[in-house]
Order: sequence, then C-alpha cells, then structure tokens
Amino acid sequence: MNLTVSASPHIRGKDTTRRLMLDVVIALIPALIAGIVLQGPRAALVAAVCVATALLGELLVNLVLRKRSTLPDGSAAVTGLLLALTLPASVPYWVAAIGGLFATVVVKGLCGGLGQNTFNPALGARAFLMLLFPACLTRFPALGAALSLGGLSPADVVTGATPLHHMQMPALPDASLAEMFLGRIGGCIGETSALALLIGCGWLLFRRVISVRIPAAYLGTVAVLTLVFPKGDSPILWMAYSLLGGGVLLGAIFMATDYATSPVGPVAQIVYGVGCGALTVVFRYTGLFPEGVTYAILLMNAAAWLLDRYLAPTRYGGRKEAAQ
Amino acid sequence: MKSLFFGGVHPEGRKELSADAPLTAMALPARLAVPLRQHIGAPCKPLVAVGDAVRMGQKIGDGEGLCVPVHAPVSGVVEAIEDRPHPSGGACPAIVIKNDFLDTPDPAVRPAANPDQLTPDELITILHDAGLAGMGGAAFPTDVKARTGMGRTETLILNACECEPYITADDALLRARPGDVLRGLALLARILDPKRIVVGMEDNKPEAAGQVKEALKDYPNVELKLLPTRYPQGAEKQLIQAVTGRQVPSGGLPKDAGCAVFNAATAYAACRAVYEGMPLIERVVTVTGEGVNQPRNLAVRVGTSFQEVVAAAGGLADDVWKVLSGGPMMGVAQGDLSVPVTKAVNAVVCLSSAQNGESDDPVCIRCGKCLEVCPIRLEPLYLYRFANAGDLDALKRLHLTDCIECGCCAYACPGKVPLVEGFRKGKLALKEGAK
Repeated sequence: MNLTVSASPHIRGKDTTRRLMLDVVIALIPALIAGIVLQGPRAALVAAVCVATALLGELLVNLVLRKRSTLPDGSAAVTGLLLALTLPASVPYWVAAIGGLFATVVVKGLCGGLGQNTFNPALGARAFLMLLFPACLTRFPALGAALSLGGLSPADVVTGATPLHHMQMPALPDASLAEMFLGRIGGCIGETSALALLIGCGWLLFRRVISVRIPAAYLGTVAVLTLVFPKGDSPILWMAYSLLGGGVLLGAIFMATDYATSPVGPVAQIVYGVGCGALTVVFRYTGLFPEGVTYAILLMNAAAWLLDRYLAPTRYGGRKEAAQ
Repeated sequence: MKSLFFGGVHPEGRKELSADAPLTAMALPARLAVPLRQHIGAPCKPLVAVGDAVRMGQKIGDGEGLCVPVHAPVSGVVEAIEDRPHPSGGACPAIVIKNDFLDTPDPAVRPAANPDQLTPDELITILHDAGLAGMGGAAFPTDVKARTGMGRTETLILNACECEPYITADDALLRARPGDVLRGLALLARILDPKRIVVGMEDNKPEAAGQVKEALKDYPNVELKLLPTRYPQGAEKQLIQAVTGRQVPSGGLPKDAGCAVFNAATAYAACRAVYEGMPLIERVVTVTGEGVNQPRNLAVRVGTSFQEVVAAAGGLADDVWKVLSGGPMMGVAQGDLSVPVTKAVNAVVCLSSAQNGESDDPVCIRCGKCLEVCPIRLEPLYLYRFANAGDLDALKRLHLTDCIECGCCAYACPGKVPLVEGFRKGKLALKEGAK
C-alpha cells in the first residue's frame, strides 16, 4: 500500500488558474463582440493576431527559459485579447503582432512570468506601440467606415474624431450619452461599448474573479474629480462623458484589476484605484494625448507592492485595544 | 449571513459518509501502544517496567511541569517500552501493553465521593490525575487551562463546532451522550465561575443540536449558539470571535479575551473523570473518507493502532490516497499505520485519489484569494514568498507566528500553492533564528 504523505491541507478548492482566466475571457467576449459589430470584421482579425502572437511569445519564453508550458493556463491568451481591445480596428496587423509579442516576451516573460511581472503586459505593450507608432494608435476609422480586411488603403485611414478628442478641446462631444453607452462612437475595439464592458464586469464580480474595490475606487475617483473640476457648463454631463469616453471602463474593470500587477490588500486596492483614477484625470487634462488610462495604470502598477506593504490589513488580535 | 469571524472557506462537508453511523465501541485489540507524549508540554516518564502487570485505568506514566499522566487503556502486561511512530509525526517512546481481555479496573478507578461538593481545586486535581488534555486536536493540558482561567473567565465556551470536513466524532458523542457532555461543562463552569456559558455548534448537525437543546432544559443558564457552517469556526480564536465578538490579542491566550474554550469531548472526559473516576483512556474517533469501506464512529481505547481502527471500518479502499490523523484541513498524513490513536486523534480520515487536488507545478498568480479567506487577516502570499526566501525580518514584520495553519489559504489557492507547508518551514527558520 502506497500512502501519500504531504502537508495539509489535503483537500483543495475547485478554483484553478485556468478557470479564472477562462472567466476573464468570458467577461471580455461582450466587449469583443461589440467591437466586431460596431467596427467590422477587421476587429476580429486584429484580435486573432494579438492572441496568436501573445501565445507565440509565451511559447518562445517557455522554450528559451526551459520552463514548463504555460500556454494551457490561459493567461497569455487573456493578455493578447486585452491588448487587442486597446487597439483601433484600423491598426496594421504587423503593429498588432509586435504588440502581442512584446507583451508576453518582454513585459511578462522577461519580468518573471505569470504572477511576477510588475507591469500589465497588455498595457505595457500598448505603451510601447504608442511610443513607436503613435499614428496607428491615435487615429481611428470613422464610425461605419468599411475597413478592408487586408492592407489598408489611404481611403480607409480617413479618421473620425473620438468623443475624447472633442473633450480635449474642451467641448462636449456630438454623440449622445446613449450612443456613448452603447458604443456607437469612434474608439478602440473594446473600449467604446460601456454596456458590453459592464456586462463583463458583472460576470467577473458574480464569479468572484475580482472584487469591486479597484473598479469602484477608480471610477468613483474619475467621477468625483471630473464633477469637481468640469470643463464647460454642465458638471454632470462632463462627468458622464468622462466616464463613458475613452478607455476608463476597460481600464478600471479589466486592466487595473490584473492580479499580478495590482495590490492584494483591501485598503491597498482602494488606494490603488483612487491613484489610477486621479492620474487618469490629470493625464487627460494636461497630457499631449486625449487619453490617460494606459499610463495611469502602468504608473500605479509600479506602486502595487509598495501599497501592499504599507497598507497591510490589521490582523486578528493585532489592534492595540485588543490587547486590553 | 453576517460574518461572525474573518475569512474562512466552505469546503464540501462530506460528513454524510459517517453522520448516520451510531457511536459503537470498537473491539479491543490484542496489543496497545500508549505514547508517553499525548499533550503539549513535557513528555511523561514511565511508572511501570517491562513485565509488570497493569490494570485498566492504572497510571503508567507521569511527569513534571506542563504534563498530564497517561493510563493503561486495558488490563494486561507491559510487553515493551520503546520508540513508536507518533500520529503527529516523528517517533515517541510508548508503553506497549499485551491485552488480557479482562479489563480488570485499577482500584483508583472509582467515582469521587461527593462530586457535587468538590472545590475548584479538587476538581482541577481530578482532571489532572485523569490525564485530560484538549481533545479537539491541540491537546493542551485541561487542568492548566482551567487553572489559568480561574477568576478571569467571563465567557465559557463549549466547542461543539467540529468544523473540519468529514469528522463526526463530536456529533456522534453529542447524539449519544448529550447529558454527560453538559455535566462535564457544568463541572468546568464550577471551576471557572463565568458570567456566560455558551455551547457553540455549527448549524450542520440538526440532530445533535436538538439533543443538546433538550438536555439544556436542565441548565437554564447555558445558551446554545448555532453558528453558520464555515471553516474554521471551531478554531479557538475564531470561535471566541464568533461567540463574543472579541479578539484574542496577538501572542495571547483566550483568557486574555476573558474566554475559556473546551472541546465537547474534553467536557465528556471531565464528566467521566469526576463521576466515574475513569481516566482518559478512550475517545470517539471517526473513521471515514472515500478511502475506507465502511465509515464508522468508534469509541476507541487510546493506544489502538490506526491499522486496527481502519480494519474495524471495513478496511481501506483500493484507491486510497492518504490516511490522515485528524481532518483534511489540518490533519497529519500518515505513512505508517502502526501509529496509535492518542488523546488528540478525533478522526482517521482516508482520502481516495479522487480527492487529490495537489499540483506538480504550483504558481502564485497574486489573485489575493488567500488574503480574503485568512481568518487571521494575514497576507499568505507574501508570507509564502518570504518563507521560501528565508527573509526572517519580513516574516516577523508580517506576523508569521500568528498563523494558525488552518489551511484556508492553500485550500482557496487557484494556483495550488502549498502555502501551509511553506509557513511551517518559515516558523522553523524563525525558531532557529531566535536561538
């Protein structure tokens, strides 16, 4: 009889890394579908390129570092999908491919791999692409423009301004709030439909993949700051457009909650969310580009471990009063 | 349901495997090995020699300091005094007795003369001489716990939670002998003179709860508190928090929060010690799990080998994977089934390979679920990291020594990281570093 002897606990819960990643993918599907419906089939191909190259990058890292295959855990696929959602549908495929590879090879793999990387791989790759190919990432096809699936002709690249461009003027965009909510506006593949993103958020909360702390603190901070420091006559409208425009929702729900790069302590998570929100508003108000989500989250990524260290939870019996 | 203590998990109970099995006395084995260390503290020294005849209930080992005696579980002859494997790990000297199957009682086994006139000091002496040590698992000498709680216990809690999955030993005991358990509790109350007496039970044992409720009609000053089932409700600190809302200060004892907690089986042993004069030589053991053929709740004499306990439950199933002393969350996996049942062994849980959720390639993805479930509100992922790195300063800063090793973090971990194993290494390193 061969009895196994190992440490307790001897039973484990049903959660697995793979299941969590699958839940993230499920939560991203509404946003992806919205992107494809609103911006055309090219969005699907961009997503496919990003996922394929992210997986390829992960595979290369595994081979070079002689690690076990980490493809089945699904984290690389999530990275690829997240990156795609932050790109315009008109982005050249080769730019998307560079992004996918950079995300899993440099930002994730070479910085320690699953659970160890400091910066969000998808946003790190997006920041990298912004540096090299800003034109590809800041110009969006006009809504309803039929993008060709192959190489883009100059006619395709005729761009329409996104609501955020208007807001940088500053002026309230032409789009109605309902159009903003549904996503009938210009923007990146996965960021325009607030409805789709909120459905995904609901799934993540329902499945307890994330807690509400980071998204609530992030969006709450953006709401308060844009309400207190509005541009234009109507603070409420300004706040609503600020929340619905650009990538704040995508960032707050899917990027800032990335496990590896966000704090784990409850208080630290709230402070982290507030920091993301504050930096997003500051960057939007003062930056060169209309958007600030990417850099806001990346900066807070760098502070995640520090926040955990200094905002650790008060442990059972650790309070001074408890000792008498 | 409102959280009554921090964190916690909901593992599958699996108590249905043995919950309906009545409490039955196990047939006595031919040989028993009584370890000289069955409690926290100094081990006993043998009072008998090889070849001596012993009687059931005779004191055969005792010691100084934090120590309670051990007794002969049967009558017979001392065959050997030698190192034997111990269910909590390692080896320990044990007195091996060849059973004569007569169960001739020792003359010392007799009821106290005036049990209801005994002073607290006299009661404490009886508990000590009967070898009582906490029977929920930790095996802290009961007399010492009672004495240190005298004059500062506001709330006396009977721990009948049995929050570990699979185990139904306290459940079976409470269904069979609710009155005796409460009589034992009343004895402890006489020592401690608390303002409030609470029986804490999880709400997954309706039949036992009904029995206790019925028996409590004789004890109007004792309240029954049914708690929503959640592991580790029955951990001392968590039960104190769930019942009183108070926290035991870090590094302190329950008395520092005005509480004293005794396991239901310990209270039953106290009752038998005082009213029958019977020392602690028998306890209820649940033999259960998918890896054993006929799960049972057995009254087992201390010193009976796991081998025989398992045989009494129909033997091991073909696909048995682990045999545990205790429950699946905090129990100790056994490699050698010649280990004896001690005062602290409340269950022999046999898991089959279907329960194996361990991973060859554990990875922390920083999901933070370990923090959410930690009942002490520590940061398990960082503790594990620093324990592996040997960073003793960080382990102190993050209060590794407050960890109760309940296993919630490792249970909840989607990356299947063996967190508790890491913490034990870290605690050992801290101890060595302190030397």
